[in-house]
Amino acid sequence: MIEVSPVPSFLAAKTGPRAWLLTRDHKRIGLMFLFATVAFLFLGGAFAMLLRTELVRPERDLFDATMYNRLFTMHGVVMVFLFMIPSIPAGFGNFVLPIMIGARDVAFPRLNLASFYIYLIGAFVTLGSLVGGGVDTGWTFYTPYSSTSPTAVAPTAIGIFIIGISSIITGINFITTVHTMRAKGMRWHDMPLFVWSIYATSIIQVLATPVLGLTLVLVGLDHVLGIGLFDPRVGGDPVLYQHLFWFYSHPAVYIMILPAMGVISEIVCTFAHRNPASYRAIAYSSLGIAFVGFLTWGHHLFVSGMSETDAAIFGVLSMFVAVFSAIKVFTWTGTLYRASIRLGTPLGYLFAFLFLFVFGGMTGVAVATQSLDVPWHDTYFVVAHFHFIMVGGTTTAFLAAWHYWFPKMFGRMYDERVGLLTAALVFGGFFMTFFPQFLLGNAGMPRRYYSYPDQYQALHVLSTGGSWALGLAMLLAFGQLVVAWRKGPRAPANPWHSRSFEWSTSSPPPEHNFVGPFVVRRGAYDYDLTQEEADARSTDR
Amino acid sequence: MNEIVREMLALPPQASTVAAEIDLLHFWVIGVTMFGATMIAALALWFTVRYRASRVGGKPSDAVERVQTPARIEIGLIALLVLLFLSWWVVGARQYSRLQTPPDDALEIWVVAKQWMWKFTDAEGNESESRLFVPVGQPVKLVMTSRDVIHSFYVPDFRVKMDVVPGRYTTVWFEATATGSYPILCTEYCGTEHSGMRGEVVVLSPTEYARWLRGGKAPQIAGIVYREPGAAEREIPRESIELVDQGERIAAREGCLRCHTTDGSPHIGPSFAGLYDTLVTMQDGSVVRADEAYLTASMMDPREHIHAGFPPVMPSYRGRLDPGETAALVELIRELAPHERWDTPAQTPSPKPDDRYPEPDAPGLPTYPPTRGVAGAIK
Repeated sequence: MIEVSPVPSFLAAKTGPRAWLLTRDHKRIGLMFLFATVAFLFLGGAFAMLLRTELVRPERDLFDATMYNRLFTMHGVVMVFLFMIPSIPAGFGNFVLPIMIGARDVAFPRLNLASFYIYLIGAFVTLGSLVGGGVDTGWTFYTPYSSTSPTAVAPTAIGIFIIGISSIITGINFITTVHTMRAKGMRWHDMPLFVWSIYATSIIQVLATPVLGLTLVLVGLDHVLGIGLFDPRVGGDPVLYQHLFWFYSHPAVYIMILPAMGVISEIVCTFAHRNPASYRAIAYSSLGIAFVGFLTWGHHLFVSGMSETDAAIFGVLSMFVAVFSAIKVFTWTGTLYRASIRLGTPLGYLFAFLFLFVFGGMTGVAVATQSLDVPWHDTYFVVAHFHFIMVGGTTTAFLAAWHYWFPKMFGRMYDERVGLLTAALVFGGFFMTFFPQFLLGNAGMPRRYYSYPDQYQALHVLSTGGSWALGLAMLLAFGQLVVAWRKGPRAPANPWHSRSFEWSTSSPPPEHNFVGPFVVRRGAYDYDLTQEEADARSTDR
Repeated sequence: MNEIVREMLALPPQASTVAAEIDLLHFWVIGVTMFGATMIAALALWFTVRYRASRVGGKPSDAVERVQTPARIEIGLIALLVLLFLSWWVVGARQYSRLQTPPDDALEIWVVAKQWMWKFTDAEGNESESRLFVPVGQPVKLVMTSRDVIHSFYVPDFRVKMDVVPGRYTTVWFEATATGSYPILCTEYCGTEHSGMRGEVVVLSPTEYARWLRGGKAPQIAGIVYREPGAAEREIPRESIELVDQGERIAAREGCLRCHTTDGSPHIGPSFAGLYDTLVTMQDGSVVRADEAYLTASMMDPREHIHAGFPPVMPSYRGRLDPGETAALVELIRELAPHERWDTPAQTPSPKPDDRYPEPDAPGLPTYPPTRGVAGAIK
């Protein structure tokens, strides 16, 4: 085990703003992505708080309907395009993926930095038009409303288009890195499972994002030039837009959740201190989700006048995604069997993830059941379902990843008691926010409603109270990490006694990840070796 | 029991013939979901307690035995899950099919949605805004379109919903099982006042419905849920003009009758008479049923759907006919429908097809007997 590195860590190697802003080090770029995405998480969260607070009463409290419509658009766009999609892949993927495969950097370090700046430019254009101009179409930009809405639809579309370029570049970079940069001796099935999930994610990013770009260009042209591709007044078809939009945006859901699954796979093996119940099941189901994810978009159109046959096909294909996800869930749970489990904050988040993801995922199968989707479609039930996946799943895994890789990134430890407490608070706040929304949806409460019939108020109040608790828990979680960064005790190279390769180098790693060339003669989950044997078989000297 | 679960899940009352069976599937699916999520989390927690490191005596750096879960366990669990999901899917598909297929004897009502209100018109021309009057125990089919953006017609108590799309017609049907008032909510985001786009379905007893049809005052129903300003107290027009009569006037005014006859003889275009619900061969060889959707599409995009043998000379009426006028024309064509509904062949093209528009040769397609009179089909 390398406790003291003879070379300075990447944090200490070169300092000053210039060294950071022009860096080609994947770790620094990853950290910059992470800081940006956390900032957008809090921005999007602030929008959500305002929305929830307005919904405490059916009457006007804080702002009028126009402002409300703009706010839920901002919340959706910021959370989806600025936080959720880049968060784990571009953030943690950048930081740990090259180290995990024993590489000195990604395949295209300059493109990597370009991806970050393209993302920032896109973020500024998008935010500028959202906040400056105001867009009230929702993040889905459904036509013909978006073609006729007198708001800044086109600039926002341009912003998201630019962010899409960043997403594609990062995807290409990771695919190339995994194919060409693996350490000497590392076979595909020696790779940590997080790498498989990022690889599958990158495939979706490269294949699906161009369709979003194309669709947004068409919406922009519709809006600015009135070419009317989606406008029925001149012969366009608004439902065509929904097909094109969901052809990207449904796979995009898997861009958001697959990396989270990768994080969970790492944490469960590390804290269970054993090999995954089935390595191949987890690795291949990621690819399965990436593939089937492209064939399910039609389940968003069950009440748009779809034929029974189409609905049946899309319904059954959607269930395959749940089957692949269930393979992962069973394997994670099975990994805890006959293990040697140590409690830690990441494991606390893992429990929250398991419950919320299974609940959210199975309600996903429920809304893909054709006749049940009819009453649930576009109600709070759907809102609750995807927040269970996106917040209960991805954001919980994002927090878990922060706590899991924090010692590696900053070389500091945080307080486990505070960590577990905030994990419990995140779970409680989340559940209180979104569980009532399932009931609201059952009762018939449509989404994107500024005002609502009185009988829905009690559940809205409960949900709003939960959202405040969740906001507080998030502040606490990141607050404790900031404190740990400044004052936490020094972390060893491998505080969790993991066998995964990113822990083979010092914490924080040196500028080029390893001192010498990294050579591997074992798999990432060989817990049947003692720590000394494992270290001897994966070494950089 | 059923009622208790329904209340626990905050579901509204079951006021239509399909509500109870959809709710039953709902109970089953949600029950499995809650059970599954709880079991997985409980199992994970139990393993954590049972196999905690201090208890199994493991030191962090120790080597542990490599455990491989037998594949048959995973495969068995997955097979079980697939069967479970498939059962949801089969029941869901059957119910969806039922929701999509209005009964033949359904009462038809035309719905036009616009930002941010609902307008209802029946075949006799009775109009109402925001309040839809229907008789209890009678299937009602709504033929819906939008004047501006996409809306969605949703009645939670009936468990039915359908998007209302500009430029096309969608249908939804329900049969109310109890008199009373049930809220209508718009569920597709449609702009500033989206949340204010509400209405109500007023379900009347047959006698009260008959009274309403005769132009009586809207009956007072107990328990009206939503009272939108200006929505509830609207007067129903005393003198209703039948939609068919309106259609005739519009057809004359817009020049439809210069090319389309109403006596069944083909002219420049196919005759209105004997057209509705027949199978029409297109110029590209495909065969479509001349239903409401096709008729509407033919008015809006005539060049898209060329009836075989007729020249593509019709201009588009998009923007020249409002949805109400379109509905009236469709109603006129329906009135002139042949009696035998399903097996009636399409009209034969005009005897002298224009040379510039040669007959398509469509091998393998069913050919229809030449010149079969349809004039007798007119009422």
